[in-house]
Amino acid sequence: MYVAVKGGEKAIRNAHKLLAKRRRGDTSVPALTLEQIAEQLAHSVARVMGEGSLYDETLAALAIKQSRGDLIEAAFLMRAYRTTLPRFGYSQPIDTATMLVERRISATYKDLPGGQVLGPTFDYSHRLLDFALAAEEGGAEPSAEMVPALNEAMPRVTDLLGDEGLMEPDQVTDEETPVGDLTRDPLSFPADRDLRLQNLARGDEGFLLALAYSTQRGYGRTHPFAGEIRYGEVEVEFFAEELGFEVTLGSIKVTECQMVNQFKGSAKAAPTFTRGYGLVFGQVERKAMSMAMVDRSLRWQELGEEPVAPAQDVEFVLSHSDNIQATGFVEHLKLPHYVDFQAELDLVRRMRAEWFEKRRQEETGDAAREAAE
Amino acid sequence: MSDTAQLYDQGEYNFAYLDEQTKRMIRRAILKGIAIPGYQVPFASREMPMPYGWGTGGVQVTASILGKDDCLKMIDQGSDDTTNAVSLRGFFEKTAGIRTTFETSEATVIQTRHRIPEKTLTEDQVLVFQVPIPEPLRFLEPRETETRKMHALEDYGLMHVKLYEDIAKNGHIATTYAYPVKVNDRYVMDPSPTPKFDNPKIDEMAALQLYGAGREKRIYAIPPYTKVKSLDFEDYPFEVQKFDKPCALCGAENVYLDEVILDDRGGRMFVCSDSNYCEERRAAGHRGPMAADPAAAQIGATDLQETAR
Repeated sequence: MYVAVKGGEKAIRNAHKLLAKRRRGDTSVPALTLEQIAEQLAHSVARVMGEGSLYDETLAALAIKQSRGDLIEAAFLMRAYRTTLPRFGYSQPIDTATMLVERRISATYKDLPGGQVLGPTFDYSHRLLDFALAAEEGGAEPSAEMVPALNEAMPRVTDLLGDEGLMEPDQVTDEETPVGDLTRDPLSFPADRDLRLQNLARGDEGFLLALAYSTQRGYGRTHPFAGEIRYGEVEVEFFAEELGFEVTLGSIKVTECQMVNQFKGSAKAAPTFTRGYGLVFGQVERKAMSMAMVDRSLRWQELGEEPVAPAQDVEFVLSHSDNIQATGFVEHLKLPHYVDFQAELDLVRRMRAEWFEKRRQEETGDAAREAAE
Repeated sequence: MSDTAQLYDQGEYNFAYLDEQTKRMIRRAILKGIAIPGYQVPFASREMPMPYGWGTGGVQVTASILGKDDCLKMIDQGSDDTTNAVSLRGFFEKTAGIRTTFETSEATVIQTRHRIPEKTLTEDQVLVFQVPIPEPLRFLEPRETETRKMHALEDYGLMHVKLYEDIAKNGHIATTYAYPVKVNDRYVMDPSPTPKFDNPKIDEMAALQLYGAGREKRIYAIPPYTKVKSLDFEDYPFEVQKFDKPCALCGAENVYLDEVILDDRGGRMFVCSDSNYCEERRAAGHRGPMAADPAAAQIGATDLQETAR
């Protein structure tokens, strides 16, 4: 019976014990180490760091282990931890032009300064289950021929286009204008691009993927080209007031995607290419690309386009992109709601009684008329 | 209790989990809410260690107003021993080490979801609501940009049209919980999904009412002794639910009842939703028609011994 929900502390304690047991699984199988997760499930770790909004591979690995591989739950653990950390300040903007590049491709040029660097990618692999991997015991170390790191500068494709005036310039922002931070201030609308990008960077990969896909199928088309995707290491610097100069805090791995989109021009602006921007922790290209496409879609107002599709709707996209919020609210339906349900039961019973009463009256009315005829 | 209090003493958490700066930010929002009764104040809601939708707004409000001498009562669906009430009470026992209680009159702060206690609250008490969707106009207009404008202009025509259409179609207003109210003759407010049965209690309540919506990042408030009117029409006045039987356990009338299904042959009983109210009445010797029933014994017996401290 439903009162079983009134389980009390004992039931909760036991449920948590059972969860711990199930999480560990068969104890004859060795437990996962955080190093194994961080090294061998790098994409999971990257996703959890991105959506959890906290760059720490070991903590992300722990979250994945603790959540039994439920990546949204893992991201939630990261967020809940992140919120307890003191905030010392904001880093300097990272410079992706100086990235230690591991992968860099452009779909808009055959070749370009710095070259195309394929790097580690699933692209062009045949998706055949590799049974050798199943049999692997420690296994032979795979070897790859690595071209020594290029010393050649690797300018961003958008900068190359910008030289010709074909690409919209970066928006010039006043150094004094503070950058929004939706973890410190509630999101309000209309939201500027800084907040939109922050929101998308923390947003759910699946949600952004579906929205980006929808723009390719005609729901707010933006004619995108993958101008450039680059992945590698960048340094994070912090300006220390006391010292008066910047100090390097460490380096992080990020994927940057610049989508190049057609723009027909308007009365005010000459035809040019415009762009959508995506930046995420780790090698998460699917999300970086999706983010860039959604970012471009959300810019309809600034570019004088017609809003016709969900992916262009700033309030709709930003309000529903956060999977921690989404999963919490969807799953809260598991909480007891019997007080409200009781109120609805009462109403539906009353309305049904009224409905049957009305029908009875109509039927007896009909019968009386027929008898009279 | 002893081990959980230690956690706080060991300095693992700040008192009541949130850091003092965050509490100050939330208290400022609360004060603004009190100054503008029924107005939804945006606040920088934090990520909490429980999911959004599970009381993060109420928890942040409670954490911000708790002092070491406070005594907290935590209820969900009117009851102290529903799972999430147990979990949230445990959270504050662990992070604040404060006294908790089941007794409505003993509590200085009561956090609730979906109910207001049957016992009249006093000026010394604060009632904190967990709110899922703070915007009463949300299901009429999904856009925040629009609804904020409507509140600013006091443009509530849409809501009245909705209530009118209910009457035109069904003969009565088909809203049974989260029934909209007008606060202090100005803001239309969602009293959180409490059944409309509880709406009259909000009006001129002696206790301060604070409403926290964590996911939606809004706080609103009703100061003590504020006029709160449930929306209605002159010819269709607001009415609360009526139950045709008293509580099967304690015999109370004019209280909100839960329907409990006893078997698969249509057997059911109605019992107080406010479990503490029901227990106190039974302790005082009140007996309902099914108090002696073996089925009732099982339902009425809560694990008081286990959770009360």
